[in-house]
Parts: sequence; C-alpha cells; structure tokens
Amino acid sequence: MTASRSLRVVPDADGAVAKLSLRGVSKSFRSATGDVVPAIEDVTLDVEAGEFVCLIGPSGSGKSSILHLLAGLETPDAGEVLLDGRVIAGPGPDRALLFQEPALFPWMSVRANVEFGLRMLRLPATEMRDRADAWLAKVELSEFADAQPHELSRGMRQRAALARALVCRPDVLLADEPFGSLDAQAREILQQELQSLWTELGNTLVFVTHNVREAVLLADRVVVLSARPGTPIEEHRITSPRPRRLEDALLSRVVVDIHEHLVKEVERAAREEVARTDLA
Amino acid sequence: MLAQIWPRVALVAAILLVWWAVAASDLAPDWALPSPGDVWEQLTANLFGEGGLLVAAQRSLLRLAIGMAAAVVIGTLLGIAMAASGPVQRSVGTLMTGLQALPSIAWLPLAAVWLGFGERAVLFVVVIGAFPAIAIATAASLRQAPPTLVRAGRTLGARGWTLYRRVVLPAAVPGYWAGLQQAWAIAWRALMAGELIIAGGVGLGHLLGRASFDTSLILAVMVVIVVIGVAVDYLFASVDRRIRRRRGLIATA
Repeated sequence: MTASRSLRVVPDADGAVAKLSLRGVSKSFRSATGDVVPAIEDVTLDVEAGEFVCLIGPSGSGKSSILHLLAGLETPDAGEVLLDGRVIAGPGPDRALLFQEPALFPWMSVRANVEFGLRMLRLPATEMRDRADAWLAKVELSEFADAQPHELSRGMRQRAALARALVCRPDVLLADEPFGSLDAQAREILQQELQSLWTELGNTLVFVTHNVREAVLLADRVVVLSARPGTPIEEHRITSPRPRRLEDALLSRVVVDIHEHLVKEVERAAREEVARTDLA
Repeated sequence: MLAQIWPRVALVAAILLVWWAVAASDLAPDWALPSPGDVWEQLTANLFGEGGLLVAAQRSLLRLAIGMAAAVVIGTLLGIAMAASGPVQRSVGTLMTGLQALPSIAWLPLAAVWLGFGERAVLFVVVIGAFPAIAIATAASLRQAPPTLVRAGRTLGARGWTLYRRVVLPAAVPGYWAGLQQAWAIAWRALMAGELIIAGGVGLGHLLGRASFDTSLILAVMVVIVVIGVAVDYLFASVDRRIRRRRGLIATA
C-alpha cells in the first residue's frame, strides 16, 4: 500500500464515466465560535456504478461532508462533484441518504414515512401503497406499518429508514454511519441485511463508518481518510466473496492493517496539533 | 382515573372547609366573607335568565374567541416572518418580547381613547396581550425544526413550499400549540380585567365590576371564571398530550 500523504483514488482510466466522482473538492464550514474550519481538502475520488465503497477515518475527517456533497445538500467551495459525469446541483430521487439517527418523521405512521419519497414523485396512491408495503415486508416491518416510529425499537426504526430510502429505487445509496447507534446484535443483523439487499439491488453504495470491521465486512473498497482536513490517504480493495463473515481470517488481517494505519494517522494529527499550538 | 381525581377533590374540599370555618367564626363579618353556602345560593339563583351568569359567560367566551382568532392570525403571520428572516426576528422579535413584558391591561386607557370606552377597547386589550406569545412561539418552533428531519425531507425530494408544508410545519406543531395555550391564558385574564374596568356590558368581568359590595355575587362570578379557566386549559392540555403521545414525546404509561 502507498503511504504517501495524499492519494488520488481514481480507478483505471478506461474511458468509462464514474457513477460518482469528486475532483479536487474542498469544503469548509463555520464552527459555533465563528471560525472557518476546513472539513475536507482537495479530495479526488471516483466510485464506479454498483460499487460498495466505505469511507473511514478519524472523527473530523470530513466523512459526512463528502456524503452531504454527494447528496447535493451542500455545494463545494472548490472542485467538482459529479454524478454520471454531470455536476450535482441538488438532492435528487436518484440518490438516497441514510443518517446515523433513523430521522423518521415522528408525526407520520411507519408506512407514511416509507411513502414520503414516492409522494414527492407524485405517484398514484395505490402504487405508492403497494411499493411501500413491499418494502416494509422486505425489512420485516409489515405488522408495524400503521405504528408510529417511536413504538419501534432502534434497529426497527433504522430498517424503516432503509426502506424509506430504497423504495424510490435510487441508483445511489449514501449512508452516514447508519448503524453507529445500534447495539452489537442489531448492528450485525442490519449489516447482513444490507449485504444481501446490496447484492440483490446492485446499487452504488457509499458508506461512512468509523468501525474498521464493519467497513471491511461490507465494502468492495475501503478508502481511508486523513484527519482534518480530510483527504484520502490510502485504499484497500476487498475481494473476498460474499456473503462475508466477520470470522473470515483474511478479513481480520485487513482489519488489523487498516486499524494500524488509522492509529498512526490519529497520532500524526495529534503531533501536528501539538506543534501548531507550540508555535502559536 | 381515580388516582387522578382524588387529589383535586381533596384539595377543593379542604379549601371549602377552611372557608366555611372562617366564615362561620367571628374572624370575618358576613358582609366581608359570605359562607360557601351563600355563594352557592347566589350562583344557582343567578345562573339563568337575562343578566345571569350563563349569559355573561357566553358573551365573555364569544369575545375571547374573537380576540384569540385575531391574535392567532396576527401572531402566526408575524411568527412565520420572524422565522424566515434574521432581521425581522431581531427587530420584531425584540418588540414582541417588549410587548410581553407590558401587562396588556396597561393598554386600556390608550385603547379607550382610540376606540371608545367599550367593547372594542376590551377586544384590543385581549388581542395585544395574546398575539406576542403566539408570534414568539411560532417563530421559535419553526426555527427549531430538527435539521436531520429537514435534511431527510430534502434528500427524499421535498423542497420549497412542499418541504415547508410536509416537514417544517408539522415539526413545529407541539411548540406552536404550547404557544396557543399560553396565549389563551393571557387573553382570558386580559378580557376579565378589561370587562371589569369597562363596566357597561354583558360579561363576567362586567358583572364583577358592577357587583360592588355584594360579596357573595363577587365570589360566585370568581368561581365561574376559575371553572371556565380550568375547563379550557384542560382542553388545551389534552390536545397537547395527544400530539406528544403520538410522537413519542411523552411516555405512554
């Protein structure tokens, strides 16, 4: 693996247009104290159609910023964010975003939540209901269709959120640590469910996590980001066949490898931080 | 159900008992503090008929409804404008806070000059008392729409007015309702004060204003005012509970 500070993660230039790409993208935000903090700097990253990419990095490495840019919720300060080679102008039904919290609308039933995106597409009521019910069945929530979100467990709520995101048949699913707040058991179940759904649907998936084991278990490619401001510093291709299991020895070796790199990166960032404060 | 009712019944019974004991003793003369029985007699004797308590209550509630309707329209529109624009929030928002600090009955002398010593001045006091609370609650609840829900709405394809109607407005409902509940209490007190001062008319406050030394009638009117207050507040609170329970904001015991 390369250990250079800034890695350009661009798959082989075979002329095909990547599903998603960031080209030299920088984005900063204003902190609560009013300072301008760079979240990501000069990020170049391509994601192929149907690829499952995990972004991993220390906290503050701008993982969520990258997702929000891809979702079209934010615009880059510099560089380009492209979908099928075209600049992303805003959110669209072709890209769904999953959050760490389920973010279900608490005033709607579970079914109405799943129907939300379809309603925005102005589908006829019967089709809306059929598609919502089919997805509720897929995530095993049929009997909770008329329940309110707060009546569900955390894991069930996240499954409802998954159904809400996928019912519009998006080409791209963006996931921002969606299993981060679940207990170990619910997390494992959802990881397996996501694996099989992805195998079935073939969506392009960009998945942010800070859990190395989760990244290695799920991804075709794990992209490691540096500490703030985030930029890709290395990548691992995971070629093990699916469905994968965490006990797989090959996977464990990759986990250890990435973990070491991450620890080094966090230490490096900490040293730089100390050096900066010493200078100041 | 029983556990909810008995503390209330017990407290009312205790107050009645103390009242009865004080009235029966030599501590207070009868003209100053009539017994609960006298008040009850007044209450039942004056309940019906022209100039009775029920007609007065009905007229007061009608005024309250008109005043609240106007306050809701003004307060909601101002609140939406405050939520939508920073400068409006800073200017109008501060004005609303200032208005809230002023007891609305303080407007009555001015209102009497502008609108005459009557019905319209009373309504003015009710509206100017209630709408700032609604404006402040509207603005706060709209601004506090959870950002993740707004983001979820946007990625699911809602934007502009649709995003507002489907996500921002429903998210604001609990805070808005709390504002209405607060505004109604202000409006009710302002109405009673206004009616009390402007004595010529039909209404509970007017009755109170004209009762002069008839202490049993004064107390009878006060009882009616309290009963209406508790009843309306109960209605607001039960709707509030329903909203919160539906969203899982209170534990369903």
